[in-house]
Amino acid sequence: MTDRDERKDAILRLVGDFNKKGIEVGEETRFAQDLEWDSLTVMDFVAAVEDEFDIIITMNRAAEIETIGQLVDAVGELKGE
Amino acid sequence: MTDPGLAMTADAAKPAPDGGAPDLFAKFQPLIDQREALLSTGVTDPFNLVMERVESPTVAICNGKRTILLGTYNYMGQTFDPDVLAAGKQALDEFGSGTTGSRVLNGTYQGHRECEEALKRFYGMDHAMVFSTGYQANLGIISTMAGKDDYVILDIDSHASIYDGCALGNAQIVAFRHNDVAALEKRLKRLPANAGKLVVLEGVYSMLGDTAPLKEMVAVSKAHGAMVLVDEAHSMGFIGENGRGVAEEQGVLDDVDFVIGTFSKSVGTVGGFCVSNHPKFEILRLVCRPYVFTASLPPSVVATAAVSIDKLRGAADKRAHLWANSRRLHGGLKTLGFTLGTEEPQSAIIAVIMPDLERGAAMWEALLQEGLYVNLARPPATPAGMTLLRCSLCALHSEEQVGEILGMFEAAGKRVGVI
Repeated sequence: MTDRDERKDAILRLVGDFNKKGIEVGEETRFAQDLEWDSLTVMDFVAAVEDEFDIIITMNRAAEIETIGQLVDAVGELKGE
Repeated sequence: MTDPGLAMTADAAKPAPDGGAPDLFAKFQPLIDQREALLSTGVTDPFNLVMERVESPTVAICNGKRTILLGTYNYMGQTFDPDVLAAGKQALDEFGSGTTGSRVLNGTYQGHRECEEALKRFYGMDHAMVFSTGYQANLGIISTMAGKDDYVILDIDSHASIYDGCALGNAQIVAFRHNDVAALEKRLKRLPANAGKLVVLEGVYSMLGDTAPLKEMVAVSKAHGAMVLVDEAHSMGFIGENGRGVAEEQGVLDDVDFVIGTFSKSVGTVGGFCVSNHPKFEILRLVCRPYVFTASLPPSVVATAAVSIDKLRGAADKRAHLWANSRRLHGGLKTLGFTLGTEEPQSAIIAVIMPDLERGAAMWEALLQEGLYVNLARPPATPAGMTLLRCSLCALHSEEQVGEILGMFEAAGKRVGVI
């Protein structure tokens, strides 16, 4: 299992905690359009991801992240991997 | 992922149906359609109301009907004070209608200096910088103080002017859960130790009327080497021993680097300011674009502001009455069965939480028909997708008026079916 796979598993687990719509999620799942999260849910989810990986995701960075796959990549960058 | 400050996603301009040039207005079509649908049902447009005549800080004529105003920020009822008006009229005669210039060129008159002196007296601080609006004060200070490699750390429910200040600048922006000290601390701990940090807080948050735990938040910010800015727009004159705000009340004003305030609430006109004790503060007059590249306030505005600010210092009676009104309205609405934004009254803002937008709009309309104006607040202005009826009190609301207001809420609430 690559580091990226491990990160992706952790992120998918966290997404599951907030996935009220119960939709199937994958690399291409979009936070706004597919998961339909409001800004409060996004905030709580981002906080959970930050805690999981002990990183900060600035609002600037978050604005560029549209899909789960992009988030997995961003977390990798922020962890310096 | 989402931008809490944006009303809608910015879609690309779409080509016109006839294949003509792309229509920049196309991005607004969903909102245009939503508004047309709502207004075609015959409801009054809550965002287009005209105050035909204004009789006092608490009463106006709307749609030909005498209406009690419970949705202004005229907290201390200064807008018709005789001394305030006299100062304005005198300034119009002596200095004319406007400065026609920027503060850094020809737009600083004696009145602007006197206004800044009044602010220094009020806050007991060494420096005061007056902007043309409170919006511009936040825009200017935040975008200028935090540079490219610095961090702005702010409460997720911050006012639009704070978000826009972040957007105007080029710092890294980090948000934390509303009023959550532990969340603020967690973020501060993760930031690079040698990076510049500006923590931006509000004393009173204007949607629910709740105060911030500034004592803990300022302490945690200072422990991590951050500068602190507190926006005390909604506390001036009636919170804190000298009316200097929530930071003063919680004993941490000395640790705050910048206090931002406004003239458009307790002071009773328009304008904004930043006060500070920082020895290098004055350089900001040359580097804040929203200060430099805009016209200064008219002479009559700074004259009324200066007199109003001085009078706020001696307004203990008004302050006591404002709090009495807030407690009575809060308690009365709670007893009627309304869900409120705070457990106890923490400010002069009392937010009534509505179950959904439809009933919120209907209740707003019903209250207007009863003869009461409140603010209808809805996303994206409100946190967590709430619809709120925001009531803001004035020191000059009489006991009789507060009783009338409660009666109107009861009647409208039963008509609409929310109580």
